[in-house]
Amino acid sequence: MTQESQAIQHEAAHPTPGTYFKIAMVLSILTAIEVGIFYLEFLSYGIIPILVLLSGAKFILVCMYYMHLKFDDRIFSTMFVAGLITAAGVTLALMTLFSFFA
Amino acid sequence: MAQATADHGEHEATTTGLNHRKMLMWAFLGSDCMFFGSLIATYLVYKGRSLEGPLPIDVFSIPTTSVSTFVLLMSSMSMVLAYSALRRNRMKTFRVWLASTAIMGMTFLAFQVFEFRVFANHEVVVDCHAPIGELSIVELSVRNDKTVGCEATGHDEVEKQVGLTPKTNLFGSTFFTLTGFHGAHVTLGVIWLLTMFFLSFKKGMVTPERNLDLDLAALYWHFVDIVWIIIFTVVYLFGVFPGFA
Repeated sequence: MTQESQAIQHEAAHPTPGTYFKIAMVLSILTAIEVGIFYLEFLSYGIIPILVLLSGAKFILVCMYYMHLKFDDRIFSTMFVAGLITAAGVTLALMTLFSFFA
Repeated sequence: MAQATADHGEHEATTTGLNHRKMLMWAFLGSDCMFFGSLIATYLVYKGRSLEGPLPIDVFSIPTTSVSTFVLLMSSMSMVLAYSALRRNRMKTFRVWLASTAIMGMTFLAFQVFEFRVFANHEVVVDCHAPIGELSIVELSVRNDKTVGCEATGHDEVEKQVGLTPKTNLFGSTFFTLTGFHGAHVTLGVIWLLTMFFLSFKKGMVTPERNLDLDLAALYWHFVDIVWIIIFTVVYLFGVFPGFA
């Protein structure tokens, strides 16, 4: 495959402005849901996993589509996810050391 | 290999086949994850350990922060639209979206400055007839204050300015450090975007063939956005949630 045809294929793989707009709408709706469920007192501690899931979904959407990880080389994803896993590990380790979960 | 290089119009030979600058940006973003991870961890570890107020529940305004979060999310959309316009060689559209992104970034910063000012000038009003069990730590301290408290003044209602600054308590220190560093990242991003905006008027500086320059700025901007997604949930929403205090 020539460089030109690869470039065309890559161009086609990039989302269209319409897709970017739809993703922005999904992100807005997810944020609205987050704020909305925050005021539902009957959820009690159930709010924690819901908020984690919703913010996780927003995080993934931005990474995959806006940062183009879905379409770029996997090495970029690996480098980013490695940092992310280390950060999560450090966070959990510190929280455990300081008896956050006790 | 050719995919990344051809895509950005740069035909350099690298061992991985990927553009060095883009690789460096992702390495930086990975390391910045660890930086913010440490700050978030510190905030969580010290959460609920402040000996005196104000606490998150006293100062946070979820509706206000929701609006600033929405502004930052929308700036991410305008950023990708600017990138998309540049790739299609639509320079006017590109400049409109890029300027919009920078303006939304500045709006977010304005919200942050406003919020910090409100926190620093936080005023507590206490009804002296309210049951003690219903008062928060900071309200209780104002109620019992030796100079402006209920007994000292004999009033039905007392008030005192109890501002939140980095020196006030553990919550103030960790909160301002975390959000302050995020704000510094946003400020840097705005400067970067404005630089690209003004450079785009110089011939040959910002072109579809050199879209990698904008791609790198966009990656940084989206990263700042995803960090805020986490901060908004962990610091603000969980911060005000009573069971998580």
